[in-house]
Amino acid sequence: MNLTYRDALNQALREEMQRDPDVFLMGEEVGVYQGAYKVSRGLLEEFGPMRVVDTPITELGFAGVGVGAAMVGLRPVVEFMTWNFALLAIDQLVNSAAKMRYMSNGQVGVPAVFRGPGGSALQLAAQHSQAFESFYAHIPGLKVVMPATPADAKGLLKSAIRDDDPVIFIEGEMLYNTKGEVPEGEHLVPLGKADVKRAGRDVTIICHSKTVGVALKAAEELAAAEVEAEVLDLRTIRPLDEEAVVTSVARTHRCVVAEEGWPFAGVGAQVVDIIQREVFDELDAPVIRVTGADVPMPYNKHLERAAKVDAARIVAAVNEVLYR
Amino acid sequence: MATRVVMEALSPTMEEGRLIEWKKGEGEAVAVGDVLAEVETDKAVMELTARAGGTLLKQVVPAGTTVPVSQLVALIGEPGEQVAMEPNGKERVADATTPAPATPAPPAPEPPAPVSGRMKASPLARRLAAERGIDLGSLHGSGPEGRVVLRDLERPGAVAGRPVAAARPVVRTAGGPAYTDTPLTPIRKTIAKRLAQSLGPVPTFYLTTEVDMERAWEARGALTGAGNGPKVSFNDIIIKCVALALRQHPACNAWWQDDHIRYWHEIHLSMAVAVEDGLITPVIRDADLKSLREIAAESQDLAGRARDRRLKPEEYTGGTFSVSNLGMLDIDEFTAIINPPEAGILAVGRIVQTAVAHDGQLALRRRMRLTMSCDHRVIDGATGARFLQTLKAMLENPLAMVY
Repeated sequence: MNLTYRDALNQALREEMQRDPDVFLMGEEVGVYQGAYKVSRGLLEEFGPMRVVDTPITELGFAGVGVGAAMVGLRPVVEFMTWNFALLAIDQLVNSAAKMRYMSNGQVGVPAVFRGPGGSALQLAAQHSQAFESFYAHIPGLKVVMPATPADAKGLLKSAIRDDDPVIFIEGEMLYNTKGEVPEGEHLVPLGKADVKRAGRDVTIICHSKTVGVALKAAEELAAAEVEAEVLDLRTIRPLDEEAVVTSVARTHRCVVAEEGWPFAGVGAQVVDIIQREVFDELDAPVIRVTGADVPMPYNKHLERAAKVDAARIVAAVNEVLYR
Repeated sequence: MATRVVMEALSPTMEEGRLIEWKKGEGEAVAVGDVLAEVETDKAVMELTARAGGTLLKQVVPAGTTVPVSQLVALIGEPGEQVAMEPNGKERVADATTPAPATPAPPAPEPPAPVSGRMKASPLARRLAAERGIDLGSLHGSGPEGRVVLRDLERPGAVAGRPVAAARPVVRTAGGPAYTDTPLTPIRKTIAKRLAQSLGPVPTFYLTTEVDMERAWEARGALTGAGNGPKVSFNDIIIKCVALALRQHPACNAWWQDDHIRYWHEIHLSMAVAVEDGLITPVIRDADLKSLREIAAESQDLAGRARDRRLKPEEYTGGTFSVSNLGMLDIDEFTAIINPPEAGILAVGRIVQTAVAHDGQLALRRRMRLTMSCDHRVIDGATGARFLQTLKAMLENPLAMVY
């Protein structure tokens, strides 16, 4: 079925709520307004106000309610209108959700999903254009999932809801309208498994979320110059699929890591660490990272464009690792 | 005025080259850097490129000709420029009013400058060069700051400098390659050609040493009756020591492969077993990794089934070095014939009490003679001798086996 990313998420929520009465959704505007990005369209009507709960504008408060509900056996899906607002909830995510299983000696888990759009859209300026995946991936006890396609959005959200640990599920605001084939019914994508979105033998471009589309565009341009780039979509940031990374780079000998976030201690830094450690002798060039500019996101349209990852920068990085 | 194109020295040792194929025809336009012809050197097929632009006026030699370095092969000039060859092979340009002064031959590409300090190479290039026995210093690095990268190794000119694999003991890692193929260096090639002419297809030489077997005798005595395992023979002890000594001398654990040498990282010992009407060599695989007990059990089993002619082909092929023992038939010493493509075989004589000088006194000691036959194309005298030295030291101190 050809669906938008938005509707694929909606389908995953609906199927999981039908399947398991312990699953419920809560967040700002998820019910009557059907979600700021319409991901929860029709759910209040189908499941009622006990399972689709509109909350006040209190991120720390309702994230805490989510953690508590999960601790007593429910499976909450907590929607943040965007991950920029979730900064207010980070104490519950880091100090409660991530730690509970460890601090209770395994007695109490937190099977909750915290989801919403992350990263930048268009001209939302410095405070609303931030990619926080490396924040959360830094924390032992959290899983971090970032689908790039409608099919992965559905399959990963269903797996995240069924997972017994807290999952940080970061969607892409600019991805909600993208369309793709989505398998109907039971479609599960395992957490912790990367996916080759395009096969190639000359260089590996490692990416996730929105940069997958950018990398595919770069690979298309490179193909015209007879460079076969492999595009590896991490899909899950943590646990990271080290095997997929290592296998691909061992075959292509060259690697570019792209991500939307800032360079310092970003996801790509971790990927590069794995590569240099595990396949040092396979490398024909230093791994190059392509990241967002190391500045607060500018509001000015032209400056914003310059600060973001684009296909031209990925192509330039590929040329550099190929010594072209 | 026409520019002379001469055969260039495309490798540091090249004296002549065979012009395999012209890539530019007479009358065709040529730019600086264009490939004019492919040339086979003593090492590889290389490209002869134009150092002047214009029109290829004349192919002086036809394809297939072998030409000494700096001899004229072509002329490049203005379109329509007339050239005629004199009978002595000198060219004459028709529109030149004065004889064309000989343009100095373009300088041969300089051999890579000796590397000062650290050689820059990508980790991949470094690993592959080591595996292929290519001297990184002999390559031109095309990466930033002269970094040698993969494509520099894949150029036809990248040739072996020295067999790195043979130079140091190989560290065996689980799942690592079973062997390293090392291209023949020019000196190895010459040794192979000359010695084979002299002594038949496998130019063999022999090294003999005498080993004091008193301590091995004691060790075997102590092992006899220890536990309920198989009985350990002297041959088993020798096989184990040979395997361990080969680990230290990988240059002797190799196959001659005509155009390269295969240095094995695995050690598989062929063991000559006499059978009715002949002999067969069952193989003890990974002998260096097996305990004496395992070797004893396996050699008994293999020898028994060899005599019954019930060995499978994979059980008597694939050896990397051979051991032949006629000691039990009262032979003092003998020379064994190499089992190609292996490069060495050890002939083991009997253990006999002999009066020798020992610790300054005349003493009766159990002694054994070992003679190693070496394929000189692979193993040089000193190489084989050093291996025997290690083997002798091990047999004279069998505790070394467990060290």
